[in-house]
Amino acid sequence: MDVSLDLLINAIAAGLLLGGFYAAVTVGVSISFGMLDIVNIAHPAFIVLGSYIAYFVSINFGVDPIVVSIVALPAFYALGAVVYQVYYAAFERRGQESLRGLAFFFGLLFVTEVSLILVFGVDYRYVNAAYIGPSIHIGLMDLPLRMLVPCLVALALFGALQLFVTRTFLGRAIMAVSQDQLALQLMAADPVRIKRIAFGISIATASIAGALLIVIQPVEPSVGREYIGRVFAICVLGGLGSMPGTLIAAMILGVVENLTSTFYGPSWAPAVAFGFLLLTLAFRPAGLLGR
Amino acid sequence: MTALLHVDNVSKRFYGFVALDDIDLEVQPGERLGLSGPNGSGKSTLVNCICGALQYESGSVHFDGHLIDGLAVHQRTQRGLARTFQLPRPFHSLTLADNLRIPLLYTVHARSGPMRSAGDLDSRCHDLLDMVGLADKAKRMPRDLTQVEMRKLELARAMAAEPKLLIADESMAGLSHSEVGDILALLVQLNERGITIILIEHIMSAVMSFSQRLAVLVSGKKVADGKPEDVVRDPEVVRAYLGE
Amino acid sequence: MNALKFSLIAIGVGLLVLAFAHWLKLDYFYFAGYTILQFIVLATAWNILGGYCGYVNFGSAAFFALGAYSAVFLHKLYPLPIPFLIVISAVVSGTVGFGMGYLTLRLRGAFFAIATLALSVVLQTLVVNWAYVGGSRGAYIIRPETIEFAGIQFNYIEYLFVLMLVLAVVALATTRTIERSQLGFGFATIRDDELAAEASGVPTLRLKLIATTLSGAFMGMAGAPFPYYISYLQPASAFGLEYTVNSIAMPMIGGTTSWVGPLLGAVLLGSLQQYATVTISSAVNLLIVGLMLVGFVILAPNGLVGLVQERLYRRRRP
Repeated sequence: MDVSLDLLINAIAAGLLLGGFYAAVTVGVSISFGMLDIVNIAHPAFIVLGSYIAYFVSINFGVDPIVVSIVALPAFYALGAVVYQVYYAAFERRGQESLRGLAFFFGLLFVTEVSLILVFGVDYRYVNAAYIGPSIHIGLMDLPLRMLVPCLVALALFGALQLFVTRTFLGRAIMAVSQDQLALQLMAADPVRIKRIAFGISIATASIAGALLIVIQPVEPSVGREYIGRVFAICVLGGLGSMPGTLIAAMILGVVENLTSTFYGPSWAPAVAFGFLLLTLAFRPAGLLGR
Repeated sequence: MTALLHVDNVSKRFYGFVALDDIDLEVQPGERLGLSGPNGSGKSTLVNCICGALQYESGSVHFDGHLIDGLAVHQRTQRGLARTFQLPRPFHSLTLADNLRIPLLYTVHARSGPMRSAGDLDSRCHDLLDMVGLADKAKRMPRDLTQVEMRKLELARAMAAEPKLLIADESMAGLSHSEVGDILALLVQLNERGITIILIEHIMSAVMSFSQRLAVLVSGKKVADGKPEDVVRDPEVVRAYLGE
Repeated sequence: MNALKFSLIAIGVGLLVLAFAHWLKLDYFYFAGYTILQFIVLATAWNILGGYCGYVNFGSAAFFALGAYSAVFLHKLYPLPIPFLIVISAVVSGTVGFGMGYLTLRLRGAFFAIATLALSVVLQTLVVNWAYVGGSRGAYIIRPETIEFAGIQFNYIEYLFVLMLVLAVVALATTRTIERSQLGFGFATIRDDELAAEASGVPTLRLKLIATTLSGAFMGMAGAPFPYYISYLQPASAFGLEYTVNSIAMPMIGGTTSWVGPLLGAVLLGSLQQYATVTISSAVNLLIVGLMLVGFVILAPNGLVGLVQERLYRRRRP
């Protein structure tokens, strides 16, 4: 195989940009699964929902898709709060999270995807924006803006959340509820409310991740499924509950996936994430930086 | 006489926190050992280590003359080591009788081969329930039981496994005086049949009246081990419970 | 009533229905019936691990597809009668089920579920990249028009229907037998409280491996005749999410604690879907399945059978 340096460097660079985007996709699950122990496998479906909302408003009103997603944040937050409330009332309170909760979220995933098919059909949709098309050149590297901008936005999102979790009272309460609910209760904070807020934030990130997704690639209702494995692979590899770990794991996955795709063909790419996941689960379930 | 259970320098850490620090404990066959200590001192952690639910970093556990370190929980049960749980954990989708059938099928049969017909099995379940006073509720589900009845079911289920050693983990927490007496009488009855018992309990009156020997854990370390009346006068034990 | 008697009665009922349809020349019946019988097998298989043991498995489509592709592979290599293919598919899927179980059953329930999803995608990717079985272009299997038994010509689709009927009965008889056996009790304790089960002497890992192997084997068996039924096999259709969602929704709606549950769920939901696909659209029918799953999971977690059992228990209690 003829590996040119040019190709290799660009594959790695693109992989890093992809990894940044993957971090934004995963951060929501990092919160819901890593900190709240809720297996929300419907998260990718919410991201795709975000993509379609960004698409719809952008195409019909000419607004930039990422801007749309930021405006849509409160709506997604509310959606997250409602979903958590149902989940809590139906499962968490009764102590039957595992089987029922999984089936519940799986059902949500399915309902969301099929609803999108009914409304928008199965054709691929894409958006237009100023940064989709041009690239910037740095030395041997060719960085498409369509990947660079989402990566930067993703890193900004990530940074904001990291600050939130470490510097604000609410953020630290969320970290606390993942470690010791009783202590939190004794500090007169309501764990259920804290968890609801956290889950709401988790779904809100899906709004932004969705806009980033449709900037990077055309979207159709079932693309969410490829991301289920990626998201949980990154979460587990990075170590549950560790946000820096999630970022590192996302970068690693992005690079490996892109290298595989470039040199072995894109049809092998989905197997990379899931393969990673299986290997991590089999040999080092605590992940790289897990607690 | 070789000890039935020998815990040899067992230590257990949870990341930075030392839950058990070099615990050394022996239990003789037929003995009634009390194990006490303030909350968080490591009693349940020790039980989990002995039974195999937790892995320990160092030390070893010998049971009935054999090293049991690598064995899974069910293997230890099959060798005669039974336990109850602090918070009762019944099989909530099975009737009381069926709850007892499980250890009979999986432990007693596994150990000595299926000797019992279906009828024998049923009558054995009935006898066990009768011993704890739950015979009339054989066809009920665990969710219909009161707290004390659930604890009795826990004990009955542990007994169904025909153990050599029974570890009763806080079976009496939250019970009234007479209920505590009921459980205690049951444990004494079992001991008289030859079952070695480790009683883990806070209720000092129960511990004192039941135990032939008493060990006390404080912050993961064993601070006392001897005759109950001596141990309660030990200054370190008094300090642990009452403070300086 | 022992397993043999049950099986014979069930097959008798099925053949009676078949004779009726044959006499009325209802061709559509065979296609719809085959699909429903297939779902009975899938739902029953899923329930062994998901319902009895409480370990949710998102890989149903993978095992089903594995069975289908084993059949395609063998068909290209050396065509064998379908019953042989069924057995071989069972062995292949069962072995993969065992392997998957061995790797993942030590994990907490949530991780196990995700691992099964991961396996499903890995398998799909492998198949898509394997040209011998057609890869992403798909594989064609010519389905003969008729088949001869004892001198009588039957439609091939009737033959497939009977095969699936036998499989369904075997699956139901097996789970019914398990339920009443020591193994069934062991499974129930794993579902209820795995730690307490271990403490009572139940070898949980061994039992879970038995469950994954059986579950995988039955799903593979259901997949083996599929290429003949559909004539053109594509990874997207074989690994389709509708197999996964249905094999979860049907037992959860019908009831997960009894062999009747998956049967009930498959017949009800399967018929509903056949009706919806024909009258409305296939997308709407999937929406209905999803909504029903969510609804039942929230409101009636033990399914229809659970509701009935609960009612009977309360009436028995004074």
